Parts: sequence; C-alpha cells; structure tokens
Amino acid sequence: MATKASSKGLTRRQLLARATVAGASFVVGSGFMAARNAAWATELSALKPTTFATLVQMARDIYPHDKIDDQYYVIAVKGYDTADTADEIEAGIAALDAAARGKGFANYLETGWEKDRVAILRGMEESPFFQKIRGGLVTGLYNQKAVWPIFGYEGESYSKGGYINRGFDDIDWL
Amino acid sequence: MVAKFDLSDDSVVVIIGTGAGGGVLANELAQKGVKVVALEAGGRYLPEDYINDEWESFGQLAWTEPRTTSGDWRVAKDFSGLPAWIVKAVGGTSIHWAGASLRFQDHEFKTKTHYGNVDGANLLDWPIDPAELAPYYDKAEAKLGVTRTGDRPGLPGNNNFKVLEKGAKALGYEEVNTGHMAINSIDYDDRMSCQQTGFCFQGCKWGAKWSSAYTDIPRGEATGNLEVRDHCHVARILHDDQGMASGVEYFDKEGNLQMQKAKIVCVAGNSIESPRVLLNSHSAMFPDGLANSSGQVGRNYMRHTTGSVYGVFDKPVKMWRGTTMAGIVRDEARHDPSRGFVGGYELETLSLGLPFMAAFLDPGGWGREFTSALDSYENMAGMWIVGEDMPQETNRITLNHEVEDAYGLPVANVNYTDHPNDRAMRDHAYARGAAIYDAVGATRTFPTPPYPSTHNLGTNRMSENPRDGVVNKHGQTHDVPNLFISDGSQFTTGAAENPTLTIVALAIRQADFIAGELSKGNI
Repeated sequence: MATKASSKGLTRRQLLARATVAGASFVVGSGFMAARNAAWATELSALKPTTFATLVQMARDIYPHDKIDDQYYVIAVKGYDTADTADEIEAGIAALDAAARGKGFANYLETGWEKDRVAILRGMEESPFFQKIRGGLVTGLYNQKAVWPIFGYEGESYSKGGYINRGFDDIDWL
Repeated sequence: MVAKFDLSDDSVVVIIGTGAGGGVLANELAQKGVKVVALEAGGRYLPEDYINDEWESFGQLAWTEPRTTSGDWRVAKDFSGLPAWIVKAVGGTSIHWAGASLRFQDHEFKTKTHYGNVDGANLLDWPIDPAELAPYYDKAEAKLGVTRTGDRPGLPGNNNFKVLEKGAKALGYEEVNTGHMAINSIDYDDRMSCQQTGFCFQGCKWGAKWSSAYTDIPRGEATGNLEVRDHCHVARILHDDQGMASGVEYFDKEGNLQMQKAKIVCVAGNSIESPRVLLNSHSAMFPDGLANSSGQVGRNYMRHTTGSVYGVFDKPVKMWRGTTMAGIVRDEARHDPSRGFVGGYELETLSLGLPFMAAFLDPGGWGREFTSALDSYENMAGMWIVGEDMPQETNRITLNHEVEDAYGLPVANVNYTDHPNDRAMRDHAYARGAAIYDAVGATRTFPTPPYPSTHNLGTNRMSENPRDGVVNKHGQTHDVPNLFISDGSQFTTGAAENPTLTIVALAIRQADFIAGELSKGNI
C-alpha cells in the first residue's frame, strides 16, 4: 500500500506518520528528510526528524491551504532548525505531543483528523510557543514570492508599466 | 546651491521633521527668503529607491524604533510594539500616504458647538473659522494637484472602485466617486500621471502621487535657503533664561550629539514624536516639558475611528491593481446623531497585497476560517473606514521611562481606549460596508480591525484659551512664542477626513504667519 499509493493521494501528515513508523523510505539517512513525492527535501541540522515533521504539520494546521504544497510550509519553518532554537522547538513539540496524548491520541502527528489536531492547538494557542510559530508563519509562509501566484496575487507591476494598459478596470461581471 | 548653515547660526528656523507639515513649511519659508535647517531622523529615498514589496518597503521606510502601547484598543494587543504605521525618511509619511485630499466639513471645525457635551470626550472648537482656512485649502490643492479640484479631472476607477461604486449606488448612496486625490490624473507640476501600478503605500515610483520628498524639499533646497540634515535624531529643544527656544540638540548620522542654534523652532515629527520631543525637553523652568503649562501636551491623542471591510465574491476583483485608495463614499460623513453617534465617517477603497492581508485581515487569526478567506484573495474587494474619533484626555502620549531608544531617550507610550461613540460609529460603518458588498453579491464579508495608526492627531492641540491646549490658531505654542507645532498634532479635533490636506494648508498658513512675524520683528 505504502509503496503503491500516489503521493498526491496521501496527505503529508499520513506520509510523515508512516515515515515515522516505517523509517527508511522517508527519513533518508541521518537528519535528512524527503517527501515521498520529492516535492521537498531538507537537511536537518539541529531538530529531530520527527520533531520537524510535527512542526510542519502544525504549520499546515495553523494556516491550512489545500492548494499549497508542503515545500512552502517546510521553507516557512526551516528557520527554527538551528542550534539556538532547537531546545525551544523540541520542548514545544513535546508539549504538543503531550497535549495530543491527553486527548487520547498517540501523538500529534498521528492524530487523524484535522479537527482533532486543531482542538489540540486551540488548547495551547495562548502559549508563547504557539504564538511564536503562528506569528512567524505570517511572514514565513505568505511572504514567499513563490506562493503569491497560487493566490492569484501578482506582486509588483512597476516593471511592466503598471496596469494602466493591463486591466486595472477589467472587471466584467458587475 | 544647497545651503549649509553653521551650528552657531542663531538666525535660522529649525524644523524638526520633513513630512507633509515640516517639508511644506520648510519650502514655503525658504521661498520667502527665510533661512531654514530641517532635521530629519530618517534617510533620503526618492521614487527610484522605493520598493514595491510590502515587507521590504516597510523595512526601508517605516518608523520601527521602539514604542509601547496601552489601553483597550485592539492595536495594543495585535501590534503592541507598533502603534503607528508612519514613515522615517525625508518626506516623512507623505511618502506612504494614499493621497486622499479632502477638506474638513465646516461643522467639523466647531464640534463642541455642534456636537454639544459628549460624556468622556474633550471636545473643543478649533480657534480657526473655516472661511479663514479656505484660501489655504485652495493653495494646498493646487500644490498637491488634487483631482476634482481646480480644473483637474478625476482619476479613472479601478476594479476595486467599481465594486464599491455599484454596491454603494444600489444602497442609494449618492456621493460616490474616485475621490479628491493628490495623484495626478494628467501630467501636472512636472509630475507624470498615475499608471495604476498599485503600491501607493510603498512610495509612488512614478512620482504621480504628491510627496514632499520630491517636490517641496528639493524646491526649497534650490532656493539656497534650506538645509536638510538627514539621519539626525532630535533629543530635545533648548531654551534660554527668558524661556524662549534657543536651539535643538540632536544625534547626527555618526551618533554624535550636536546643537543647532535657532531663532525659531518648529516641531513636525508626527503626533507621537512631536509631544515626545516636548516632554523630553523638560527643564527646571519647564518641569513638565516644554510648552506644557496646560498639561495638554501628549493628551487628546486621536487616530480616527478606523477599520476595514473586505468582501469576497464568486469572481475575481484583483483589487491590488491600480490606485490603492481609488474611490470614496461620502454620504455617511455628515453629522447625524440619529445614527447613534456624533460626527461621521468616510468609506474609501483600500487594498493590501497578500503579505499584508495575511498580517492585517484578522491579526492573530488562524485555522480554516482565516485561510479560506485568503484562498479567495483574488476575489476580494476592500474598503477602509475613516471616521472622527473623540478626543479624550486619557488617550495620550507619555514618556515610558522603562524603555529607551538607541540614544538612551525614553520612548513614547501610546495609550488609547475607544470612546463609546467610536465603537458605535465603527459598528455602523462595518454594517454599511458589508451591506455595500452584499448588494453586489458578496459571499462573505470581513469586519477587519484597525491597523497600526497612520492618522496620528491632536497631541499638541490648538485652542483659543491657553488652558485648553498647547498652541494658538497659528500653531504657535501658548507658552513659548518662538516655538511652533507644524504637524497634525495641532489638530483640535480629527474630523472624518484624511488629515494631510489640512496639515499642508496649515503649514502654508503658518509660513505666512512666521514670515510676517519675522519681518515685523515680533519674534
């Protein structure tokens, strides 16, 4: 099943959950992680692979966009994979997993439904850890120029001469 | 040709700040032959330097030195270290402003008379009559090239305006148009016309929008009477034994403390920094700060009753295309207490790019309620509410002695709590704004909370009686005859209109007054 399933047909959470269980197919070598669809891969320098996978899932659950690929969430939180921040992130994710266990789940990553994971996050949304991750994502995710076209946002137009001749008033459905 | 004055030259007028107030005053005085040294905390950026990327531009232009907040306004929770979104650069916030250039309505100069006693509000009539200011509004509109005034045509409406216009007209609103904008609709005054590029808030790269940065400042410098010193952060204003302002101490580009002597000092650092400078200038003679015998310095801080309404439709709007503030509904700007509040509000189109929308749509918000809104970003239209807020004595700028800036000076704390009138007005405006979008088929609307303040007003207010305020009808402080306030902090009340046109009109008028007093030998 795991080898046959299209990566598109699996959520990244499922992939990571299996990776955590199955190991080798997902966590490649020591501290190197790759999505099965090779959409993203990243080398970890300070965080445990499972911690980082949980962090990426947390990021998606905070700002879930079904049309945004995992790679952008990875980029958004990769900055926490440093010696300076690792202890804080490990502790935060440990608290997240503890909260998941408190609700009867094995850990956060293996909590199956988004609504259950969101309930876990709601329970800790005033914590400095949650606020740090959420606040960081506002720029970490939405200020990635690569995600702008996914939302239809066109960014700067000065280099193209503005929209004076390119549809500033082209609305046709009013 | 650019002037260079000696630090010991005590014949100069020293102006602190170079935005819509200070920049215009500097040029107007220089044109009259008055020697001016303008001290600007920020650097020099011209249209070719502006960056059409929201966060990068914010890093380039915004005043991000530490400030603190208190009070029950939501900005204190959402952006506790950033009470205001204003600019630190030559040209000040005239680089960032959207360009809306509306005259105050006559009754808004006399709110105490027209609104009566409003509990908890420190209302006061301006000591200026509308008729006195009218000729200066004419001059300000000509200087800024305001559309739909003089013989200047209006701007064309973009998609965001068309949605607003259709919805507003469906509700029966009549004063709906593309506004009075200091953005050229045709080439004017050596500046080109608007290319509908968006990013008005990040500085207009075409120079189609008026800013003192590339108009009044270089023109003043060309007279040989104006020296602008950038990267000069003012510490305090000094005075002599007679209690007259005698000079300004500032930290220069290298961080060295300098002192420029002065014949006259004009403060135009925006309504947070201007009272901060006066309060930081306390002395044995003025223990509560300079020009503060009334105790009103820093008080009556106003920021307009603001908020935004965004609507999502089933088809694209692409609101970011073209002029940011592309049109207006003025019908609710009237004073009509039957709505449950005094004063009125304007509704003006607004758009934010995706990065700022994520930051400001619902600060602190997360989960699918939030992200499904952003998923519809392309289909959004947006408007901004700008209404008259009540002056309150306890809404004020104070020195926070617990927090120091890079120069060791206590920073400003901004305390603000909404008045019940402000809340009633905002709720009314949210409902009307949503109704406008519903009338064009919005599938969702969002009552978005206020952003960090760009309209900072009232903290050194004008008053007839020295007991009630800080400056007289000319912006001259009641206590120190050669000390002037030249920015929006001299506003007695805030009116419903965007403040820049009135700041410019007052600066032109103040230049006439100062030049006259100098020639008469009164100062």
